[in-house]
Amino acid sequence: MNVVVCVKQVPDPNSTGQLDPATKNLRREGVELVLDPGDEFGIEAGLQLAEAHGGQVTVVSMGPEKALDAIRKALAMGAAKGVLISDDALRGSDALSTAKVLAAAIKREGFDLVITATESTDGYTGTVPQMVAELLGVPAVTFAKGLESDGKSLKVQRQTETGYDRVEATLPAVVSVTASVNEPRYPSLKGIMAAKSKPVDRLTTAELGLDGVGGATAGQTIVSVEPAEERKAGEIIADDGEAAKRIVQFLEATKVI
Amino acid sequence: MPVNKTWVLAEVLHGKPSTIALELLTKARTLGGATEAIVLSPEAEQVAATLGEYGATTVFAGTDQGYADLLLGGPGADAIASLVEQHSPDLILIGSSYAGRDVAGRLAAKLDVPVIANVLDVGADGDIAAESSIFGATQVVRTKFESKRPAIALVRAKSFAAESGGGGAPTVVPIDVAIAEAHRGARVTERVADEAAGPKLEEAPIVISGGRGLGDPKNFAILEELASLVKGAVGASRAVVDAGWVPYAMQVGQTGKTVKPTVYIACGISGAMQHTVGMKGSKNIIAINKDADAPIFKLADLGVVGDALKVVPQVIEELKARG
Ligand SMILES: Cc1cc2nc3c(=O)[nH]c(=O)nc-3n(C[C@H](O)[C@H](O)[C@H](O)COP(=O)(O)OP(=O)(O)OC[C@H]3O[C@@H](n4cnc5c(N)ncnc54)[C@H](O)[C@@H]3O)c2cc1C
Ligand SMILES: Nc1ncnc2c1ncn2[C@@H]1O[C@H](COP(=O)(O)O)[C@@H](O)[C@H]1O
Repeated sequence: MNVVVCVKQVPDPNSTGQLDPATKNLRREGVELVLDPGDEFGIEAGLQLAEAHGGQVTVVSMGPEKALDAIRKALAMGAAKGVLISDDALRGSDALSTAKVLAAAIKREGFDLVITATESTDGYTGTVPQMVAELLGVPAVTFAKGLESDGKSLKVQRQTETGYDRVEATLPAVVSVTASVNEPRYPSLKGIMAAKSKPVDRLTTAELGLDGVGGATAGQTIVSVEPAEERKAGEIIADDGEAAKRIVQFLEATKVI
Repeated sequence: MPVNKTWVLAEVLHGKPSTIALELLTKARTLGGATEAIVLSPEAEQVAATLGEYGATTVFAGTDQGYADLLLGGPGADAIASLVEQHSPDLILIGSSYAGRDVAGRLAAKLDVPVIANVLDVGADGDIAAESSIFGATQVVRTKFESKRPAIALVRAKSFAAESGGGGAPTVVPIDVAIAEAHRGARVTERVADEAAGPKLEEAPIVISGGRGLGDPKNFAILEELASLVKGAVGASRAVVDAGWVPYAMQVGQTGKTVKPTVYIACGISGAMQHTVGMKGSKNIIAINKDADAPIFKLADLGVVGDALKVVPQVIEELKARG
């Protein structure tokens, strides 16, 4: 089973993100960039399927040169090949542009299954996977918290508001996975060494035959960015054995009990 | 460019329109222009009257059994895209549920129009614009839709209060778009509910949530006990959901539910922004955390620096003593 996993490099989630006030793009300077932790679950899912059913995992990323580091990490975990699409024109891409680029690169590779995370840690539009599926003309089984395959079809436990749905899907398909789907492996030292010599295709949008993608074509423009209204902090007490009484008084005061 | 026509995608849950559909209709009524709804469910016709009451003058109803048995994304996007061609709405509001996100993403790709996600408010004075939150709702971004129409907004639950507009019966227009064979590749074989007894998380007046600070999955039992005493519901942080302590249906936050109860009690939750985005709209917040520097205290109306495993059982005792 040939699996393509979409991976994104994001500012370290432990630092607070910021938009550049001038360009209104995500500020990437001065913050450490990492492989989106959410994508590690997709890589792991792809590796497990390829190990069980043959085939290989290719990781595809759209991002600046530096995103090569994220691809290398995926290769170190065990992916066989990377594809990085970088282009100045792609700066400021919206979800749909991103999806067009990813879908074109995935088509070029060929695939039985495409795996993504449910949402990126920095942008979290959570719509790229569905868009990619539409552009590839295949079903999208999103929010998979469990994923099994016999090599020809998929059995997915898909999160819902009230529990989960069991979904059966034929291949090819797109699946987006949550953090409950597996326990991602750490790259081994051997894996890290091997990653250095694994192939990474570097592509531009022109090489993918795309035009009309990127920041300049976005159908939306950010007009303002403002800090959200903050809640005022209230009373903070140390528990001296009386805190429970205080909580009950508080509940009484709000008339919920 | 005023809005001439706003559409709302209404999902059906247990034979009723989803709450968020009613919230979106309430908002759509204020935008000027016509308010219309799309329902894709075998039960579509049953819910039309309620949608009318909340403001829809026309309800496009697709009753194919496939809308229930397949994943809604593909067939839903196809149906709406074909309606868009005939009726040219300016704005489509879709609730940010699982099915909603699937439909919105595919529809945007199909029509080659933008979709804005995590929307908290929409406005249509002049341009159509959406307010959304980024970076765990620490910042609010206002984004204007350029000229491509329809604009699609994926709106978070509880962004607007649902209020009946006292509207009469809507015109019901059947949707007769056949479901493409390609979409039959993925089907739902079983729907499993693992929601707890008691009030629903999104509707309970008190929500008591637990995080990693509870130390062990079995300690959720004390939250359950407290919840049953005060007729509340139990929620959770993603850390404990990912760890498999509690089902996902209990998760509050960016990728979980949005709750706005009268009182939210956070027990052993640090207050990461991805959690607080789902609960900071609560009227009152109580936090119990060992660490005086935990960010959750910045939001708390009453913060207790202490051990949740001690304080919660004492609260239960107090309540029982109080009778
Ligand atoms: C894309 C993305 C989406 C996310 N979506 C969500 C989401 O929807 N919901 C969500 O919750 N998170 C979400 N997260 C995760 C979020 O960033 C945090 O990791 C998570 O909320 C932390 O959970 P926690 O507070 O239970 O655990 P921790 O951060 O580990 O906090 C545990 C807290 O318990 C306290 N504690 C320990 N022992 C005790 C005790 N005995 N009594 C009292 N306090 C104690 C500690 O001081 C600490 O503050 C998301 C993250 C990402 C990247
Ligand atoms: N630039 C990108 N390169 C590769 N994959 C991406 C990119 N953007 C989004 N994705 C994939 O799509 C998922 C959802 O992203 P989003 O819709 O931005 O929340 C991510 O978790 C990735 O798996």
